[in-house]
Amino acid sequence: MSKKDENRGILVKMLVVTVVMFGFGYALVPLYKKICEVTGVNEVERANALPLNTQVDSTRVVTLELDANVRSDLPWKFRPLQSSVKVHPGQLVQVMYEVRNASDRPITGQAIPSYGPQVAGQFFRKQECFCFAKQTFAPGEVRQMPVVFVIDAGLPKDVTTITLSYTFFNVEGAAPTAAKPADGKAG
Amino acid sequence: MSAVIGHEHDHDHDHAHGHEYHPGGLMRWVKTTNHKDIGTMYLWFSFVMFLTGGFMAMVIRAELFKPGMQIVNPEVFNQMTTLHGLIMVFGAIMPAFVGFANWLIPMQIGAPDMAFPRMNNWSFWLLPPAALLLIISLFVPGGAPGVGWTLYAPLTVQQGMGMDLTIFAVHILGMSSIMGSINIVTTILNLRAPGMTLMKMPLFVWTWLITAYLLIAVMPVFAGAVTMTLTDRHFGTHFFNAAGGGDPVLYQHIFWFFGHPEVYIIAIPAFGVVSQVIPAFSRKPLFGYTSMVYAVASIAILSFLVWAHHMYTTGLPVTAQLYYMYATMLIAVPTGVKVFNWVATMWKGSLTFETPMLFSLGFLFLFTIGGFSGLVLSIVPVDIQLQDTYYVVAHFHYVMVAGALFSAFAGIYFWLPKWTGHMYDETLGKVHFWLSFIFFNMIFFVQHFLGLAGMPRRVPDYAPQFTDFNMISSIGAFGFGLSQLLFLYVVIKTIRSHEPAPQKPWEGADSLEWTHLPTPAPYHSFVTPPTVK
Ligand SMILES: [Cu+2]
Repeated sequence: MSKKDENRGILVKMLVVTVVMFGFGYALVPLYKKICEVTGVNEVERANALPLNTQVDSTRVVTLELDANVRSDLPWKFRPLQSSVKVHPGQLVQVMYEVRNASDRPITGQAIPSYGPQVAGQFFRKQECFCFAKQTFAPGEVRQMPVVFVIDAGLPKDVTTITLSYTFFNVEGAAPTAAKPADGKAG
Repeated sequence: MSAVIGHEHDHDHDHAHGHEYHPGGLMRWVKTTNHKDIGTMYLWFSFVMFLTGGFMAMVIRAELFKPGMQIVNPEVFNQMTTLHGLIMVFGAIMPAFVGFANWLIPMQIGAPDMAFPRMNNWSFWLLPPAALLLIISLFVPGGAPGVGWTLYAPLTVQQGMGMDLTIFAVHILGMSSIMGSINIVTTILNLRAPGMTLMKMPLFVWTWLITAYLLIAVMPVFAGAVTMTLTDRHFGTHFFNAAGGGDPVLYQHIFWFFGHPEVYIIAIPAFGVVSQVIPAFSRKPLFGYTSMVYAVASIAILSFLVWAHHMYTTGLPVTAQLYYMYATMLIAVPTGVKVFNWVATMWKGSLTFETPMLFSLGFLFLFTIGGFSGLVLSIVPVDIQLQDTYYVVAHFHYVMVAGALFSAFAGIYFWLPKWTGHMYDETLGKVHFWLSFIFFNMIFFVQHFLGLAGMPRRVPDYAPQFTDFNMISSIGAFGFGLSQLLFLYVVIKTIRSHEPAPQKPWEGADSLEWTHLPTPAPYHSFVTPPTVK
């Protein structure tokens, strides 16, 4: 075999590695989802199991602050009906949020929760939430939606205030970008 | 002495003569497939990018000279930090070492040229368009992306069209790196002179073989990550977009799977250069050659297994945090082996301290400090405190500037006589070293204190109690920037000088380019391979 052929052989092998590694980057996507699912990290769209110890710890009071946001491309009004509630760990609580579709067309959105402090998230056991599914609103429709949850009594003692924040995202068509390209492809 | 065929060709004046088929003037450089020409272009390109990225650093330090907003608005500040990082990593440091690879690998293994000379030409000429895209992004509506060099989602999904230009630039840079790496791997595996077994190769060649494998393995992953960002932005995918069930943290995993090996892609060739320079000025062979090769290889393998140490604050499970912490600490072992070997090489050597040796010692001393602060940051509870503070900025600049850049300077002073045929001005070289060394520490040593006191990175304003250290840091930065103009002067003076350098100006140098080739290295070397005993 000549040097040229040997060179070519290595070139081909290396190109295969390149393509495989490009694919590997994409393979990390389902892999990551699977790992999160198996380890129970990052479950935001499913109800949690109730805590084993359902005894209400009436000696502790946790202030829950409610926050609501919409991404700028979603013409909705979104607010909690109460800005904060005081709850005991272990107590089953319901809070209400209200959404109004201020546009003249039906739109589908998805709410994504986040917690402050972050550590509180794993002690926040949601039984019912509008964030478990996509929500479609008719033009001008107003709807009140509940979140039902228990704060696990295992919540660290130094956490006295939890902020529960939802952001509604528009899930129709393309992802929102700040600079809208003038072409129609992205619709 | 082996047969050295090929006429003397004077590089510094564009004489296109002889039987060699190549056009003169500018077209010579556009069309060249000669590894020495391409190496030279890589090095000059990287120096231009170094000045560009350096200018951005000056803007950043000028803004941070005093608390409050003075020179640029926060958007421009963010664009400066982003482009400074991207340009220095992908435009300055990486091409500099590819330049060394082009110049030295064929000469050090006794090959006539790189394995794929035409692809080599392409690898280089992809770089200027990519750099232009990055610069142009500053002037489009919305400006360059202000997201940091790590290009984290979800910010990247919300940026203007400057982001798209950056993504394309990354694609092109990635292609260039991959082509360059394939060339390097093939050259080293296939074109070694008879008798040049793998374990006889100079350590610089070894480090590049390993680096090239790393690049081929991780550059495509980064290309994938930015492609996902691009499709999230324009084609309705939801890889990182929470709205469609995507996850921004996923981006961080993919990015750092590339990003941590990238650190070693930069550092390992630097190890290679230093491993050539220190033995030459100690007049002793490198201590523990075999252990050096194994240490580099194990650093490369470990670098794939530690990426989430950049992500301790993203809500990783505790078990994962512990794993990444211990795995990261493990890298200190092969790194320790290397530092030990360099010191042992100097032990009882007849040391002299010319400029290349000074920069190598600067490297050894400061890189070790950077390694230790890295060890500090690998500890989960400490990192949670120091994440995104100036402590981190200080840490990685000790690794990138005092590590990679100082070693590149060492290499340039070391091989400049072989490349140009002239000796550089030793006094000015030493002045350049001491100015760089002092100003470097002035910029970055105080940043450790700023970080420990809680000053966040990537913010154009700061609380007044941080003022003194920031002023020291900024003055150091201006001094460091000016010192590099001295370096430019030294290089130009060397090229223009008329004093011929000897074939082997360094007594202890022992690789083929010193022992078998005249100075300056002829345009075509080792057309007939030398025999290595
Ligand atoms: Cu890392």
